[in-house]
Amino acid sequence: MAVNTMTKLTLGPIAYHWSADARRDFYARIADEAPVDEVYLGEVICSKRAPFHQADLPATIERLERAGKRVILSTLAEVMLKRERKATEDIAEMVSPEMEVNNAAGLYARGKRPHRIGPFMNAYNDATIAWMAGQGATHVCLPAEMPAPAIAAAAQAAVALGLGVEVQVYGRASLAVSARCYHARAHGHTKDNCQFVCEEDPDGMPLRTRDDRPILRVNGIQTLSESYVDLLPEVARLIADGVTHLRLMPQAVDMVAVAQVFRDVLDGRGPTGEADARLATLSGDAGLSNGFYHGTAGYRRIAAAAPA
Amino acid sequence: MSLAELICPAGTPAALRTAVDAGADAVYCGFQDATNARNFPGLNFTPDELAEAVTYAHARGTKVLLALNTYPPAGKVDLWRHAADTGARLGVDAFIVADMGVADYIARMYPGVRLHLSVQAAASSPEAIRYYCENFSVKRVVLPRILTIPEIRQIRREIPCEIETFIFGNHGLMVEGRCSLTNYLTGQSTNMDGVCSPASDVEYVRDADGSMSSQLAGFTIDRFGPEEKAGYPTICKGRYAAPHRPEGYYAFEEPISLNLSRLLPELIEAGVHAFKIEGRQRSKSYVRGVVRAFRAAVDDIKAGREANIADLIALTEGQKQTQGAFETKKWR
Repeated sequence: MAVNTMTKLTLGPIAYHWSADARRDFYARIADEAPVDEVYLGEVICSKRAPFHQADLPATIERLERAGKRVILSTLAEVMLKRERKATEDIAEMVSPEMEVNNAAGLYARGKRPHRIGPFMNAYNDATIAWMAGQGATHVCLPAEMPAPAIAAAAQAAVALGLGVEVQVYGRASLAVSARCYHARAHGHTKDNCQFVCEEDPDGMPLRTRDDRPILRVNGIQTLSESYVDLLPEVARLIADGVTHLRLMPQAVDMVAVAQVFRDVLDGRGPTGEADARLATLSGDAGLSNGFYHGTAGYRRIAAAAPA
Repeated sequence: MSLAELICPAGTPAALRTAVDAGADAVYCGFQDATNARNFPGLNFTPDELAEAVTYAHARGTKVLLALNTYPPAGKVDLWRHAADTGARLGVDAFIVADMGVADYIARMYPGVRLHLSVQAAASSPEAIRYYCENFSVKRVVLPRILTIPEIRQIRREIPCEIETFIFGNHGLMVEGRCSLTNYLTGQSTNMDGVCSPASDVEYVRDADGSMSSQLAGFTIDRFGPEEKAGYPTICKGRYAAPHRPEGYYAFEEPISLNLSRLLPELIEAGVHAFKIEGRQRSKSYVRGVVRAFRAAVDDIKAGREANIADLIALTEGQKQTQGAFETKKWR
């Protein structure tokens, strides 16, 4: 692949309850070292966590922008309580940074002012994307479970409307959200009395089947895939199909190095086979999967077809 | 006093007639394809069957609501549009939708037909609901099963449309329309294919010690001792081990049914317009029993009489039941 300057590498919002210190260190390194173009910030999963890191947000934005990154604020996936409605409205009122909407409450608050459509918005098809574009959407992140033909058809429609099109290419896939906090439940608490036990699991709380097979990860109200999505071998086809932005989801691994692997592939540096092996090493114990993309069970790993 | 309509499941033409005869104010059903969220083998309607069903229901004053409440993947939108065209031609009383593209199509093409917002759209705030009301003229929202009664009462004050809530049946744990658990394990999507923990992927495996594993696509969702009754392997009702729960526990929820019988008067008082009974996959006799019991209870409450709640409680006798989030925030 030739050097690709059109495709943007993005870093999605941190899904987990990382401490304020951990977040500061993480974003300082991202600003200084990670070859990503755009960074999504903000609490997407649990409104109870936001007070822990909200105060740092202006400095983090400033730091990342100074490093040449474009910053986007993502909103909550679930909006029910007063504080969640207010958090969504507060971001909707900001002129900058850009806003990524993850709940229809955000669409309502934003009106026709420009915004991005987040992966929780269920933009599965051309008709929905056209509707959203007519309401001010400039960019759409497709749901993680979409298979390749649907991604291609959606991307074609979005690009024709002048929208950016984003697909998650790395990290655990969000599989479900709930009103109930499963982290609290595991510790015998309720959501209102959760004691923030989710902070113990910076890469999610592992669930294993009763015959001891890893299956899912719990992150507060969210359920995630046990495996990390890895679409590195599919990057060329994603780009050929019209995808403009590739999203890396922050996991408790060396995300600077992960970003570098994807950047090297985009820049056409080195054989992709070596990049695949390097990514597997960086991902530690996590299995890698691309089943959703290939239209099969999401946890599966489908070997790349030989190049034509 | 709200209308307190009773919205009843019709998985088959026979179940539809049963629900109508048992006193449903409206029945809801779907076509035999991915356009609805109960795309199960042996369920749902052909266009001809729906035509007969509409005639049967309308002759008895019952409304027919057509569920088009899945999310078409790009490239397949026409299947949903054709389903909407067919439903409109056959004279259904409302479409139940989730996808914005589908909602926009119906709002433009069939402005005379009511749109109901499916629980699959996961609209759980006044702002989200107003978005659909203002843009697609949605007349009713089916609320996610995650709100308490005080919260429902508050939402009612802040939205311009009717509210429908589930009162009985399967107790969905995840926010509907945002769940890919089934696709992760089986390759079939709840949102795009209308499939949830499909029977085709279920296996019950007897282990050497006499215990039984109920499996979905080869994953053990739960394991039962020789004396226990093996349950269906629904992913969000399975037992798993976690670092603090090595013994295995219901990580999400126990296999349990929603039964809001006791809360019916309070829900009516809170301004809920319609009560939905889940169970398009259920038998005729089940539908008959549940619809009759709720019909009597709703009529009693509307007439100012004490409802015979005991009959409704008895419907789930022997099974665990819950009032879920409706009763208390502690459920969360």
